[in-house]
Amino acid sequence: MATEIEAAGIEIDGQVESDTQSEEDEGKEKTSKKQPRRETVRASRLERKKPQRDKEDESKEEHNCPRQNRASRRKTHQKKNGDGKKAEVKERDKKASTKDQKNSENKEKKTNKKGKEGENKQKKGRKNSTSSESSNSFDEESLSEEELAMLMEQVEQRKKLISAMRNKPWRMVKKLSVLREAQAFVEKFEGALGKGKGKKLYAYKMMMAKKWVKFKRDFDNFKTQCIPWEMKIKEVESHFGSSVASYFIFLRWMYGVNLVLFGLIFGLVIIPEVLMGMPYGSMPRKTVPRAEQATAMDFSVLWDFEGYIKYSALFYGYYNNQRTIGWLKYRLPMAYFMVGISVFGYSLMVVIRSMARNANESTADGEDDNFIFSWKMFTSWDYLIGNPETADNKFASITTSFKESIVDEQESNKDENIHLRRFLRVLANILIICCLCGSGYLIYFVVKRSQTFSKMQNVGWYERNEVEIVMSLLGMFCPPLFETIAALENYHPRIGLKWQLGRIFALFLGNLYTFLLALMDDVNEKLDEEDVVKNITRWMLLGHHNSSMGNSSADTPPSLDPADVPRGPCWETTVGIEFVRLTVSDILVTYVTILVGDFIRACFVRFVNYCWCWDLEAGFPSYAEFDISGNVLGLVFNQGMIWMGSFYAPGLVGINVLRLLTSMYFQCWAVMSSNVPHERVFKASKSNNFYMGLLLLILFLSLLPVAYTIMSLPPSFDCGPFSGKKRMYEVIQETIELDFPLFIAKIFSYVANPGLIIPAILLMVLAIYYLNAVSEAYQRANAELKKKMQMQREEDKNKRNNKTNNNSMMQDLEDLLAPSTKIEIYPKQAEGKKIESPDQVIPFGKQGKAEVLNGSPMSGGRRAVLIPPPHLLVTRPPTPGIWAPYSYADKPWPGAHPLGLVPGRGRGHPCYSHAAR
Amino acid sequence: MGNKQTIFTDEQLDAYQDCTFFTRKEILRLHGRYHEMAPNVVPMDYTKDPDVKLPMQLIINMPELKENPFKERIVESFSEDGEGSLSFNDFVDMFSVLSEMAPRELKAIYAFKIYDFNTDNFICKADLEKTLNKLTREELTAEEITLVCEKVIEEADMDGDGKLGFADFENMISKAPDFLR
Repeated sequence: MATEIEAAGIEIDGQVESDTQSEEDEGKEKTSKKQPRRETVRASRLERKKPQRDKEDESKEEHNCPRQNRASRRKTHQKKNGDGKKAEVKERDKKASTKDQKNSENKEKKTNKKGKEGENKQKKGRKNSTSSESSNSFDEESLSEEELAMLMEQVEQRKKLISAMRNKPWRMVKKLSVLREAQAFVEKFEGALGKGKGKKLYAYKMMMAKKWVKFKRDFDNFKTQCIPWEMKIKEVESHFGSSVASYFIFLRWMYGVNLVLFGLIFGLVIIPEVLMGMPYGSMPRKTVPRAEQATAMDFSVLWDFEGYIKYSALFYGYYNNQRTIGWLKYRLPMAYFMVGISVFGYSLMVVIRSMARNANESTADGEDDNFIFSWKMFTSWDYLIGNPETADNKFASITTSFKESIVDEQESNKDENIHLRRFLRVLANILIICCLCGSGYLIYFVVKRSQTFSKMQNVGWYERNEVEIVMSLLGMFCPPLFETIAALENYHPRIGLKWQLGRIFALFLGNLYTFLLALMDDVNEKLDEEDVVKNITRWMLLGHHNSSMGNSSADTPPSLDPADVPRGPCWETTVGIEFVRLTVSDILVTYVTILVGDFIRACFVRFVNYCWCWDLEAGFPSYAEFDISGNVLGLVFNQGMIWMGSFYAPGLVGINVLRLLTSMYFQCWAVMSSNVPHERVFKASKSNNFYMGLLLLILFLSLLPVAYTIMSLPPSFDCGPFSGKKRMYEVIQETIELDFPLFIAKIFSYVANPGLIIPAILLMVLAIYYLNAVSEAYQRANAELKKKMQMQREEDKNKRNNKTNNNSMMQDLEDLLAPSTKIEIYPKQAEGKKIESPDQVIPFGKQGKAEVLNGSPMSGGRRAVLIPPPHLLVTRPPTPGIWAPYSYADKPWPGAHPLGLVPGRGRGHPCYSHAAR
Repeated sequence: MGNKQTIFTDEQLDAYQDCTFFTRKEILRLHGRYHEMAPNVVPMDYTKDPDVKLPMQLIINMPELKENPFKERIVESFSEDGEGSLSFNDFVDMFSVLSEMAPRELKAIYAFKIYDFNTDNFICKADLEKTLNKLTREELTAEEITLVCEKVIEEADMDGDGKLGFADFENMISKAPDFLR
C-alpha cells in the first residue's frame, strides 16, 4: 500500500516535472533535444526489436544491457507507463540471462574510463573477439547511430532527472544514490556523443552548460545573500505571523524603490548642479538675503528649513536657468524636468508590474467555498509560528473560527441577528463619515488660520507648526477611534483590516487634499506678490544702473551684491519646504509614538506590574499590538508626500531613504521588544496587492497636483531651473528647437497637433474598452467552467454514493491512482470494471439474490449500472471456478496492447499482478 | 562563501543542493543546527557519511517545531524508520520540504503523510479527530468534533468511501488559498 501511494505521488510529480524545470534546462533541451525527439521513434522501435535480436546478437546486447536496465528502471520511477513496465519485464528476463556478463563488463568499463575512444576500441575489440554472427556486421553503422540517439536521449533524461531531483518525494538516501548514479551516467556518456568534429563541439557545449549551471547556482547563492534584512523579517514572521511580516516586506520593497529614485535624482540633478553649476553666493537665488543672514545659521531657523538650507541644492529655487552647465554642456533644466517625469514614470511602472506579478501568483481564488471546513482543518495552522504566545493565540483563533463556522453552519437558515448587525454596520459607517468630515473641516480651519498667522509678526512655535501638529494628532487618534467603531461591525479580521485601511486612507487623503488646497491658495497669493516684486526689481536694477553710470565712468558698473537684490517669494521652494517639513514632522511623530506608545508602555506594564493593584499585563493597559493598518498607511502616505514633493525639493528623497532605513531597524526592534502578537492572528493572504492598490491610487493622486503646477502655473521669475519661461514644459520645446535638427522639431509639432492627439486618445480608449471586454468574457467563461466543475462534482458524488457499497474494493484501488492517470486510463478502467464485476458479485452472491427477490428498487437500480443481467448469476453458480475463464480470457488482453498502461492492469487484476511479482 | 569548511566535501554539498531547495550556506547552517542539538553525538565531519540519528525528543524541541501541534507527526513522517529518529539526511529532507521554495505538489504529498496519523494511507475519521484536537487543544465538544469531521468528509470526499484518499486530499488542498500562501 505504501508503495502504491508513493507511486501516485511520483506520477503527479512526473507530470509537473516539465513545468517546474528550470528555464535553463529547457533552453538546453531546445538545442539538443530536436535531434533525439525525431529519433525517439526509432529508438523505441529498436527497443521492441530487442528481444529477437538479443538471442542472436549476444555481444551487442551485452553492451547495451546496463544502460537499458538503468533506463528502464528510471522510467518506471518516473512515469510508470506501459513502456516502462514492459521494459521492466524485459529487463527482468534479460537480467537473468546476462547478469554475469554485465557484471564483468561493468568491471571492464570501470577500468578504462576514457570516453568514446576507449569505449569504441573496446567495442570493436569485443566484436572481433567474441566472433558474433557476421550477418550483423553490415548493420553496425546504422545501429551505432541508433545507439547514439538512444544514448543521447538517456543522457537527456538523466539530466532532467537531476534537475528535478529536489521535487521527488523520496527519502534523501534514495535521492542521493539516484542522483549519484545519474550523474555518473551523464559524466560517462556525455563525452561519447557526437563524432569527430561534432564531438569536440558537443563536449565544449556540455562543458559550457555545466559551467553555466555552476555559475547560476553561485549567482543564486549570492543573490539570496544579497536580500537585505531577510533574517530580521523571518524572525519577526516567526513571532508575529505573516501579517506583520508582510508590512516589513512592503517596507523593504519601498526602500528599494526609493533607492532607485534617489539614484535618479542625485545622479542626474543634484550632483551635476553641485559640481558644475555656479557656486553658492554667485547669484541672488543661491545667496541668503541680507535680512536673513544674521540668523541663517541658527538651529531654530535651520530646523524650519529656512536660512542656509532653503538656499541649498535641496530645493528647487537653488537651480539656475542656464541652459547648459559645465564642460559637459549638461542641460540641467532639461534634466530636471525629465527626472521629475521619470520619477513618476518609474514608480508607476514598478507598482503596476509588481501588482501584475502578485495577481499572477495568487492563482487560486478563495471564493470557492466548497471546502470551508477542510481548509480550516488542514491549512489554518501557520507553520511559521515559533513563539509560544503567538501559538496560544493561534490555537485560540483556530478554535474560535471553528466555532464560528459551526455556528454559521447550524444557523445558516435562521439568522435573526442580521438586522441588528446591518444596523450596527450602517451606524458605524455614519459615525466614521462624521469623523472624516470633522477632521477635514478641522484641517481646513487650521490651514486658514495659519495663513493669517503667517502674515503676523513674531508668532510662537505652536502657531507656526499648528498645521503639522493638528495633522499628526489626527493621524494618531483617528485610527484607534475607527478601530473602536469597527468593533461594532464584527467583520472577519482580514476583511476588517481592509475596511480599516480604507477608512484611514480616506482620512489621510482628505487631510492631504485639504492641505494641498490651502497650499494652492498660498501659491496663488505668492504669484500675485511676485508680480509686484518683479516690477520693483526691474526698477531697482535700472535705478542701480543709472546711478552707477552717473557716479563713475567705469566700463563695467559695480554689480549689486547678490544678497541685496530684491527677490520674489519663489513659491516652488515654499511648496518644497512645506513637504519636507511635513515629512520630517511625520517621521518624528511616528518615532515618538513608537517610543512612548509601545516601548514606555511596555516598560511600564512590565515593571510596575510587580506593585500594582491589578494585573497590568492581562488587564487594562497590557502591551501594544503591532498596528499593521496604521503603519502600512503611514508608509503609503509618506510615499505620496515624497512623490509630490520631490519635484520641488529634490533632497526629499534622500531624507526618505534615511527614514526608511532607520525605521526598518527601529520598528523591527520595537516590534520584537515591546509588542505582543495580535489577539486574532490571521494570515495576510493577498493583502499585499491591496497595499499596492493603495499605493497606486496615492501615486495617481500625487501626480495630479504636480502635473497641474507644471502645466498651468507660471514658474517664478527669479529662481529655479525654469525661471524666465512662461510654463515649465517649455523647456522641452526649447531643447527640441535648439538641439535637434529641424525636421524633428517639425515632426514634433505634427505629433503635438490636437488633430493627432485626439484620435490617439480615442484609439487608446477603444483599446482599453476592447481589452476590458475580452477580460470580462474570460471571467465569464471562467465562472461558467467553475460552475460546470461544481456540477460535475455533485454528479460524481451522487453517482458514487449510489454505488459505494457495491464495489468498495474498486474504490480502494482507484484511490491509489493519481487523478491525472485516471483520466488517461478511463476507457480501460471501464473495461476492467465490466470484466471484474462478476468477481465482485461473488461475495454478495446470496444476499444479492435475496435482495432481488425482495425487489428493493435501490439495490436493483444500483446493480443495473454495473453488473451483468441477473440471469448470469442464476445460470452460473457463484463458484471460484468463475475466476479461471475470466482471468485467462484477460490474459491476452494486455498482450494485445503491448504498450498498455500498467496501472490499469495492476488494478483490474490484483491477483495477477501479485503473481507476476 | 569561500570559507574553507571540512564538514562536507564539495561533491556532497553539490549533491545536497541538487536534492534540496537549499543553497550551500543554508546546508552548512542546517548542519550547524543539527550539530548543536547534540554536540557530542553529531560529528563535525560528515565526509564519510556517519550513521548518526537523533531521537525525536531532541528534534521537536527545536524552536521551529516546538509550537507546532503536529510536530511529532512531522518528524515521524520524515524519519526513515518511522519511529521519529532523524538522520542528517532526513533532517535536511524535512527542512527542504518545509521550506518555502518547495512546490505545492511536494508539500501536498507530505502534508497527506503528516495528517495520516495511523499511516493507513487514508485520512479517516480518527485521523481527522486527532488533527482537530491538536489544532484546537481539545477545546471543542465531542458533538462539535463529530460535526466538523463529518463536514470535512462530506466536502472533500469525492468517491464517497467515507475517508480521504490522496486524490481527494490533493484536490482539496490544491484549491486552498492559504496552502502555501
